[in-house]
Amino acid sequence: MITAGIDLGSKTIKVVVMKDGKIIGKAIGLSGFDQREAAEGIFDQALKMAKVSRADIQSIMATGTGRKEVLAKGPISATGEVTEVTADAKGAVYFHPKARTVIDVGAEEGRGIKCDATGRVVDFATNEKCAAGAGTFTEAMARALEVKLEEFGKLSQQSTKTIPMNAQCTVFAESEVVTLVHANTPKADIARSVHDAIANRITSMLRRVGIEEEVVLIGGVAKNPGFVDALKRNLNMNITPLEEMDIAGATGAAIIAGEK
Amino acid sequence: MKANYGYKDGSGDFYITIDTDLCNGCGECVTVCPAKLFAVQPDENDPLRDVPTAVVAGENRNKLKYACAACKPISNRPPLPCMKACKPGAIQHSW
Amino acid sequence: MAKEYWRWPEYRMTVGEKDWKSGKIITAGIDVGSVSSKTAIMVDGELYAFSLMRTGSNSPDSAQKTLNWALETTGIAQKDLHYIVGTGYGRINIPFANKAITEIACHARGANYVWGNTVRTVLDMGGQDCKAIKCDEKGKVTAFLMNDKCAAGTGRGMEVFSDLLAVPIEEVGELSFKVETEPQPVSSTCVVFAKSEALGLLRQGWPKEKVLAAYCSAMAHRVVTLLEKVGVEKDFVVTGGISKNVGVLKRVEKELKTTALPRNAKYDPQLAGAMGAALFAKALVEKERK
Repeated sequence: MITAGIDLGSKTIKVVVMKDGKIIGKAIGLSGFDQREAAEGIFDQALKMAKVSRADIQSIMATGTGRKEVLAKGPISATGEVTEVTADAKGAVYFHPKARTVIDVGAEEGRGIKCDATGRVVDFATNEKCAAGAGTFTEAMARALEVKLEEFGKLSQQSTKTIPMNAQCTVFAESEVVTLVHANTPKADIARSVHDAIANRITSMLRRVGIEEEVVLIGGVAKNPGFVDALKRNLNMNITPLEEMDIAGATGAAIIAGEK
Repeated sequence: MKANYGYKDGSGDFYITIDTDLCNGCGECVTVCPAKLFAVQPDENDPLRDVPTAVVAGENRNKLKYACAACKPISNRPPLPCMKACKPGAIQHSW
Repeated sequence: MAKEYWRWPEYRMTVGEKDWKSGKIITAGIDVGSVSSKTAIMVDGELYAFSLMRTGSNSPDSAQKTLNWALETTGIAQKDLHYIVGTGYGRINIPFANKAITEIACHARGANYVWGNTVRTVLDMGGQDCKAIKCDEKGKVTAFLMNDKCAAGTGRGMEVFSDLLAVPIEEVGELSFKVETEPQPVSSTCVVFAKSEALGLLRQGWPKEKVLAAYCSAMAHRVVTLLEKVGVEKDFVVTGGISKNVGVLKRVEKELKTTALPRNAKYDPQLAGAMGAALFAKALVEKERK
């Protein structure tokens, strides 16, 4: 059976094509201005890699904030939809069978999910609709510090100092970072504080669902080593960032497409 | 006075309301709160009042969603320690 | 340097007509906000002089500057002041103030002075916060709510938009009405997400007036939800910097189906907190003298 999962995130779109439980095609690209158009292009890339056509795919599940864009619409015409939480848990357990807690931090949302051995969701909490709880916060702070996002995490690892950051809101935190720079605070120390702040918010959210080992990390922000370190410090336990962090949601959706 | 401490942001409403007309300043809330959110002090919003009252102190006001997380598990939520400890019933949570 | 579209004019005035030397109690209220600093000088509880300026990076300096400027040309020296109350965001950092009082208490008291004792609800829309206050006929607070955690519904949020659209902040309100039909409000509460939403609307070809209308109404809606938490009762008044933005103010009134008392021609609504502080200063002097 050939199925596909498509994850339409606020920043990137991920597509996974599966055949009998194995990934045979995948593609990632930017959501851009027209999400549906971008999705079609990325979907075609994944099909090409899998060497199949749309007609070969029996079931397609859409997930992500933009999932309605392709649900029963256009050439993709997804057959169903699942929430990000459901897809994330399924995908994370597929890649890391011992995962019982899944942390997903994307550009606009943070999620903490507790799941069982089959990847079924037991409990979850989300940080959404506020930029302070997700990757956008880190991005905005990197911009305020005039540091490239890719280097921001590494920069924070150079510091061992914790300096207090008072602002909770991204907009106010931008001004606070600028003030700190003007006061000649080392950029590495500011970077560490930024990562600590976001890790702290994610940790509190996780406490609401209860943390069970093993803990895995997915979503775009998992690529940031400074964030992973800050999260480990905050939780005081080992965390495994999944190699397939970008496509966990899309993979989960593709698996669910096969179950329905 | 109904003192609403907290905030509303894109993700929701997070207020702790203290009714200072009911509060007797006993300080039980200060003792039981694991996040140490409360303090009993002169009412900063009523400078001519002489009796101290419970307040949500300082920086904590802007972190309630996170500070209170430990007492608010998603499933099987027990009664909140602060509300349970407050005999006059002066404390309310909005979420 | 790029033009800063959020700048607004700073000014001072002496409004008292009597000789201050005949006064029994001379007080000052200093409101150091995150964006603007204000001083009100009162002689026996009547406004005598005031100043309003942008807050610098350092609270004590800003407090001293706005106080000096208010006193300038009045002949009153700082040592002539019987009592100084500090309020606002920077209130704890005013070394020469006799006491610090929250802006919540000061705004309620100030509104009671400016508009009279029928005021029951005060909305203060400041640079970095938004407050909804209910008070009694004496200007004493009966309920309040303050948001200074999130930039949505604050002047800072509006500044982000004025900068994004390159529209001077004083013109935002008027411009937001230059639309044929009122657009749907911007759907994101979070200023960061609202900004991306606005960029999307501009790309779709929306003129900036329409984007401003959508943001002003989103901001109005946000403020109304805060007011509803304390409950709105008449008379209703609006203070703080954004009260000058008709684009938000008119939309708040429309959604509440209540009109705010008109701006009192005599007093700048941005001064309400400083005036409340100066009035508390007088009450505290009287309490001490008893």
